[in-house]
Amino acid sequence: MAATATSVLGNPNLGLTKPPPSAFFGVRVPPSLERPRRFSSAPRPTLAAAVSCTMTNGATVVEAAENRTPGVGLRPDPFGRFGRFGGKYVPETLMYALSELEAAFWAVSKDEDFQKELDGILKDYVGRESPLYFAERLTDHYRRPNGEGPHIYLKREDLNHTGAHKINNAVAQALLAKKLGKKRIIAETGAGQHGVATATVCARFGLECIVYMGAQDMERQALNVFRMRLLGAEVRAVHSGTATLKDATSEAIRDWVTNVETTHYILGSVAGPHPYPMMVREFHAVIGKETRKQALEKWGGKPDVLVACVGGGSNAMGLFHEFIDDTDVRLVGVEAAGFGLDSGKHAATLTKGEVGVLHGAMSYLLQDDDGQIIEPHSISAGLDYPGVGPEHSYLKDLGRAEYNSVTDQEALEAFKRVSRLEGIIPALETSHALAHLEVLCPTLPNGTKVVVCCSGRGDKDVQTAIKHLQL
Amino acid sequence: MASGTVAVAPNSCCFHVSSAKPRFHSILMNHPPKSSLRMRAQGLGISETFSDLRRQGRVAFIPYITAGDPDLSTTAKALKLLDCCGADIIELGLPYNNPILDGPVIQASNKRALAGKTNMEAVISMLKELVPQISCPIVIFSYYNLILARRSEWFLSALEDAGAKGLIVPDLPFEESADLKREAAKKNVDMVLLTTPTTTNKKMKAISDASEGFIYLVSSAGVTGVRDTVNRQVQFLLKEIKEKTAKPVAVGFGISKPEHVKQVSDTIDLLLSSLVSEINTSKMLLQLSLWGADGVIVGSAIVKLLGEANSSEEGLKHVESFVASLTAALPRGDQGLGEEHASSFILQQRRKLWQVPRSASSSSLHQHH
Repeated sequence: MAATATSVLGNPNLGLTKPPPSAFFGVRVPPSLERPRRFSSAPRPTLAAAVSCTMTNGATVVEAAENRTPGVGLRPDPFGRFGRFGGKYVPETLMYALSELEAAFWAVSKDEDFQKELDGILKDYVGRESPLYFAERLTDHYRRPNGEGPHIYLKREDLNHTGAHKINNAVAQALLAKKLGKKRIIAETGAGQHGVATATVCARFGLECIVYMGAQDMERQALNVFRMRLLGAEVRAVHSGTATLKDATSEAIRDWVTNVETTHYILGSVAGPHPYPMMVREFHAVIGKETRKQALEKWGGKPDVLVACVGGGSNAMGLFHEFIDDTDVRLVGVEAAGFGLDSGKHAATLTKGEVGVLHGAMSYLLQDDDGQIIEPHSISAGLDYPGVGPEHSYLKDLGRAEYNSVTDQEALEAFKRVSRLEGIIPALETSHALAHLEVLCPTLPNGTKVVVCCSGRGDKDVQTAIKHLQL
Repeated sequence: MASGTVAVAPNSCCFHVSSAKPRFHSILMNHPPKSSLRMRAQGLGISETFSDLRRQGRVAFIPYITAGDPDLSTTAKALKLLDCCGADIIELGLPYNNPILDGPVIQASNKRALAGKTNMEAVISMLKELVPQISCPIVIFSYYNLILARRSEWFLSALEDAGAKGLIVPDLPFEESADLKREAAKKNVDMVLLTTPTTTNKKMKAISDASEGFIYLVSSAGVTGVRDTVNRQVQFLLKEIKEKTAKPVAVGFGISKPEHVKQVSDTIDLLLSSLVSEINTSKMLLQLSLWGADGVIVGSAIVKLLGEANSSEEGLKHVESFVASLTAALPRGDQGLGEEHASSFILQQRRKLWQVPRSASSSSLHQHH
């Protein structure tokens, strides 16, 4: 454990002593585009790192602390904490596997061959880079009577192979699993996109694939269930609890606890125990890196506002991570308000949740006074999760990112609106981010550059839409 | 039952009345229940209990049940039953709706308990009344979020008030446990830590050093639930731990195999298969004792009997007979560990089999072998 801590601390890829963007996965950005290190906002009070562990190398912790930019701490620190959030709250049986995984992750991050192989797959198999598309008619839609308004851009993760951003993480983790010598892959899935992405990469790399999916989700995302099976994965229905994402995740964790020596668990979001939140973010960080490059090409500057939907928070973290240090870039996350924030039937964790432990991480979550997890609701399976990634909880507490929510109804309206205005059918999850533009755009000054992460396509949602929309 | 009661005659030790006991049951009851051998003062802590047992050459029997399954009054009765009829320490689980370390049996148990609106307050008030009436120390099993939601200070005070002697938090990693352990110590609650077959040697030593009360050795990678045999690694792990510490080690997870036969209306089949599963289970307990375990923890098997019975009384009856047969497998002070004990136990099991009436159900007997 101490050895791992040292290598983690010594690794410049960690926290705010950030490497030039080219050093990690995905896009090779020329050094001239390196961001100057500046932090223009007033320094915020540093959060005390709530860590007590006997196995630390004290000297290097201090060193790292001295390098920190005031306000935002290590993301994460060597123990997997983002401030007080994160950590590894799992049964002891999994602890070794998590350490092993973390060590493997750091090893591949320095491995040129691995990087090259991953870049190649992202380019030729996944179809990166995804376009940054100027949504002309959406921009028109938000133009005010005096001709002023923001400019809306869509980061087209829906154009990736399998139709969502999930593949970025799945591909990298499958390669990592191969490196670890694990032949059996398990995954949880809500909307099915992560399940499909996992089944896809398992087919591509010849790995055994088992996907846990809530029985209720299987019904509302039947297209994805079929796709997974066609790709050779075994889809196991989970009937416990509300039979949705939270229960599928719990069941996947149980499988991993039982089969930890032979199995790699491809967690689909920036939730879960350390090192997953960090790893999954790094694998999706290519979204933000490309956006910076593309923004520079298109308008010679940076985006002003980034908007993304938040379930576990992977696409949002992928877009935001690159810009966390750019305090002139606003970060806006959009959660699911289901039937409304006061209805008790929603999944707006960051708005209505309390801090607790779910699926291995300390984070905001929807729970009652006893600490029992509350069953969330959202029309979109991918946002129907009572927890959220710990890094989002951290960014919220810091005030670095703002989190809003959108109801089922509003999301459906956006689903229809964007289909009609841009000829792009967005996933219901993405529709939440797009719906928030209704509230956001009237407040934005003229010419504000808004980039919305179009995290997935909506083909999988037509059955649901048919039920709810009169067309 | 007055506190501190000691010698109790066989069939009267348990408060509930059953009319006609099945024939195999009376054979089991030829051996006096544990309680007659126990000279234990009420309110004994966990370490003292183990020291006592060690002096008597006995292995601790530690059943686990979920509070509130099927309801709290049954739990209270079950606790009393276990206390008088074979348990040395009792693990009581707080129901949680996201039990990631539990298999289907205990998951279902949690669900039933929560459906009955079992919450922390209710469990604590039940314990406050009950603990003075029993002599086994109670160890609370709780997932971490339940402790966080109430804040650890309040939670541990409640445990102290209720008279619980220990706490197990399965999803709180050793690295994060120091704070809670410190607070628990202030309330005289022992923090029992878990070590598993995947734990590194170095960490296993650290866990062994830090664990209070006893060391919980998880027998295999996996969630709670049934296994057919005990993982061979356990023998090796027990040896490793015992080389480094004198603290008692109790082995849990998949120690027993409850009858998994479908509910058959034919009572003979049910008797036979439950007998077979008792024999299997007893074999495993014997094995663990021979390998040097200081205690054995039996969970899913008992939970299933209690929670899935048609009525509270039936469940308690099944638990009583199951526990009696299990504890018969564990060495008692008057017999040493070894061949003699093993062979007399096997003979006893064979006799039981001969006694059960055979009909067309001999086929189901072969199935379970």
